[in-house]
Amino acid sequence: MPFLRITYGTFGQLRSFATSSALGKRVKSFAVYRWNPDEPDKKPYTQNFEVDLDDCAPMVLDALLKIKNEIDPTLTFRRSCREGVCGSCAMNIDGVNTLACISHIDQNLSKPSKIYPLPHMYVVKDLVPDLSNFYRQYQSIEPWLQRDNEAAKGKETQLLQDVEDRAKLDGLYECVLCACCSTSCPSYWWNGDKYLGPAVLMQAYRWIIDSRDDATGKRLSKLKDTYSVYRCHTIMNCTRTCPKGLNPGRAIAQIKTLLSGMVKKQPPIMDPAGLQKQAASN
Amino acid sequence: MTKGKLYYEVCTRQASYTINHHKYDCLVIGAGGAGLRAAIGLAEQKFSVALVTKMFPTRSHTIAAQGGMNASIVTSSMHEDDWRWHFYDTVKGSDWLGDQDSIQQLTRDAPNCVYELENMGMPFSRTKDGKIYQRSFGGGTKNCGKEMAKRTCAVADRTGHALLHTLYGYSTKFKNIKLFSEFFVLDLLQQEGAIVGALALDMDDSSLHRFQAKNTVIATGGYPRMFFSCTAAHTCTGDGCSMVTRLGLPLQDMEFIQFHPTGMYGSGCLMTEGCRGEGGYLVNSEGQRFMEKYAPKAKDLASRDVVSRSIATEIRQGRGVGPKKDHMYLQLHHLKPEVIHKQLPGISETAYTFTGVDVTTEPVPIIPTVHYTMGGIAINYKGECIVNKEGCDEVIPGLHSAGEAVSNCHGANRLGANSILDVVVFGKAIGVNVGNISKPGDSQPELNHNVCDSAIDNFEKIRNANGSVLPHELRLSMRTTMQNKCGVFREAKLLDEAQNEIQKWYAAFKDIKVTDQKLNYNTDLIECLELQNMLQAAVQVVACARNRTESRGAHFRDDFPKREDEMDYSKPTEGQTPKPMEQHWRKHSLSHLDLASGKVTISYRPVIDKTLDDEVQTIPPVPRVY
Ligand code: SF4
Ligand code: SF4
Ligand code: FES
Repeated sequence: MPFLRITYGTFGQLRSFATSSALGKRVKSFAVYRWNPDEPDKKPYTQNFEVDLDDCAPMVLDALLKIKNEIDPTLTFRRSCREGVCGSCAMNIDGVNTLACISHIDQNLSKPSKIYPLPHMYVVKDLVPDLSNFYRQYQSIEPWLQRDNEAAKGKETQLLQDVEDRAKLDGLYECVLCACCSTSCPSYWWNGDKYLGPAVLMQAYRWIIDSRDDATGKRLSKLKDTYSVYRCHTIMNCTRTCPKGLNPGRAIAQIKTLLSGMVKKQPPIMDPAGLQKQAASN
Repeated sequence: MTKGKLYYEVCTRQASYTINHHKYDCLVIGAGGAGLRAAIGLAEQKFSVALVTKMFPTRSHTIAAQGGMNASIVTSSMHEDDWRWHFYDTVKGSDWLGDQDSIQQLTRDAPNCVYELENMGMPFSRTKDGKIYQRSFGGGTKNCGKEMAKRTCAVADRTGHALLHTLYGYSTKFKNIKLFSEFFVLDLLQQEGAIVGALALDMDDSSLHRFQAKNTVIATGGYPRMFFSCTAAHTCTGDGCSMVTRLGLPLQDMEFIQFHPTGMYGSGCLMTEGCRGEGGYLVNSEGQRFMEKYAPKAKDLASRDVVSRSIATEIRQGRGVGPKKDHMYLQLHHLKPEVIHKQLPGISETAYTFTGVDVTTEPVPIIPTVHYTMGGIAINYKGECIVNKEGCDEVIPGLHSAGEAVSNCHGANRLGANSILDVVVFGKAIGVNVGNISKPGDSQPELNHNVCDSAIDNFEKIRNANGSVLPHELRLSMRTTMQNKCGVFREAKLLDEAQNEIQKWYAAFKDIKVTDQKLNYNTDLIECLELQNMLQAAVQVVACARNRTESRGAHFRDDFPKREDEMDYSKPTEGQTPKPMEQHWRKHSLSHLDLASGKVTISYRPVIDKTLDDEVQTIPPVPRVY
């Protein structure tokens, strides 16, 4: 198949191909944060790696993979989908929290790109942060639909939702839980144990505002204490950094208006249980 | 994370290993759509569940599914629908290699599975009357091929994302699901013919953990990463399939590899079939909508294997686009911008990121790209893993499986939007079946002291491997061989070369080198273990592709372009006596791998044509045209 032909060779050829890469014309250097708790006497440091951009795909993740493959297999980071949907490869690139797989490599060869793990998190190794607190906080908002009357078994059918009500979830449900926003939020840095942070609060709002959900009161009252929401001082770092273009800062502001009682959640435009009631009466 | 009680030390090897012991009713390996749905079904029945996964659940590849999931919803606002039509489409899509009892289960239970997800909170797109939005997809028809259907339930073009997040969120409701995230399962444990759990590595500190369970579920996904260019995530390395291989059990239909017609040229990222479902189409260098030629009725919405081959044929005949004439265009800009913004927002963004193209004004460069692996662990319609002994299917006690890791209903070619459907249907079926065959807290046998031995032997060899072959070089060689010699068009000469090369790479693994010798989050070691899994599956893919001298579904042989069934369709089939199994190819390949030599032996298993009951009649094979 001519259209899929690529460099092909024996091990020897491949190896020389690999090691000669640093001699290319467009060499970019990457200053990468390194730390391994298995080496307790070594302090964290940055290590410089050089990558020939002519021989590398365009994203920062591509460069990291190339370094891991061809220069230092001990370099450690998370990755999976390589298309910005799984949220694995969140890291701090040139001062910005983002997803490495959808960040184009800065083509300016005169200064190195700085690659650090997400800030103010415990580091597991190199670019891998410990997200267990973040995940626990996500679980604490009970991220599933709650109805007063569960559909009667055997009468399963869909709940109804008007197009306009469904549109309220747009810009919320697309979150990939990468934690870029939370780890850019100063309030989260200092109070991450208690303050839920923008990512989790935006998901809390996603369930609060869902026209099919009946637990609005319970969900809101759980967010009443001073730490859960009110640590947000609307600094908006979160929204600026979100690699998916979402706006967690706005979602938090909306939770606050609901909590203050200034605004009430609108009743659903369509009765979610419409079809169930029909089915029951048949 | 709480660790289980320390079990015992193994001191006979180079190093001594402390193994932590855990005991649960059920062990689920993998936490994508299938693993989560199985875990939820089990937890609802009060089973204790260990959910062991090499990455956090929402990172799983289910997330990347875009277009949707098929379900014939009776109360749909699109049109009248019937699951039997979906059944017909799936049987035909499989090129009559799918087991029809499983296909019945898949299509009949589809609407219920969709309702369940919706009730858990999945944010489906909606129609004007507030019901689930459905779109057209390749191979989906009304009335058994008469008209194109709108059957694919969608959340814009992020259906997999919404599905996975919904299932993960819902799973956190259950305190009896214990998540072991970033634990890499090394091998299954077998005792007295039953699967009794698995041995896993905690990636955080490289400690070993023995999970004992009455029932084990493999939901580890497919193996597309053995190819150079694929839409799949880095983590789709066929781990579960190779665990089964290492138990000495066969895998089924490994040669059937689906090429998605529209992977982005260059990066391989997916452009959903929903693009064509919403009205997009393919054009060649002459600006021609060439699919009209190859599939006059279904056109751009023919089955994936048909569209991929048509693109490849156009390119071969010199009508490719770009300076090298080596790819094709997918055009969307004739669609209304509202349709693109509302139904295809995610893919517009990804296309811009990876190709720089604004889909509302320009066509996207695409190329058929490896997307899905139809082969894997053979299961029945209940999700039980089976082995065929002298023509009879026997259940492997204690082992279930679902998702892309298995082979049952997709046969030779999976229909678009049937994959995230099958993960929930068979994930759910496993929960039901385990509930039928066991009870929470059932007693479990004392495990033998040596039950982990072979798993540890294999692990230790790789952990200490200090040879001369670097994993990434070997991985690249394997992926290049698979891509160039086992692709869209196959023929004896190429496949013979593929066989020689892949055997060489298989043997080369014995001389592998793991550079990172530290215990903490050692991804160099994990990638090596994944490479071993891919190689063990790859030799089976090549052997089966070489062996199957016919063309069926995704497996196309230039040298054997015809499908060989038990009937001769050039004459009326009525009154013909079907040929015996040895003389035709409408049968499953079962591949057995000899681990030491890399030699693959192949046997066969008949396709199940009989349906579960008379709610639907079996569809007898006929030539497949779209
Ligand atoms: S807007 Fe609120 S959540 Fe966002 S960064 Fe600022 S303080 Fe943090
Ligand atoms: S809101 Fe954006 S930055 Fe925050 S976790 Fe979600 S996707 Fe990541
Ligand atoms: S690898 Fe999935 S978001 Fe980057």
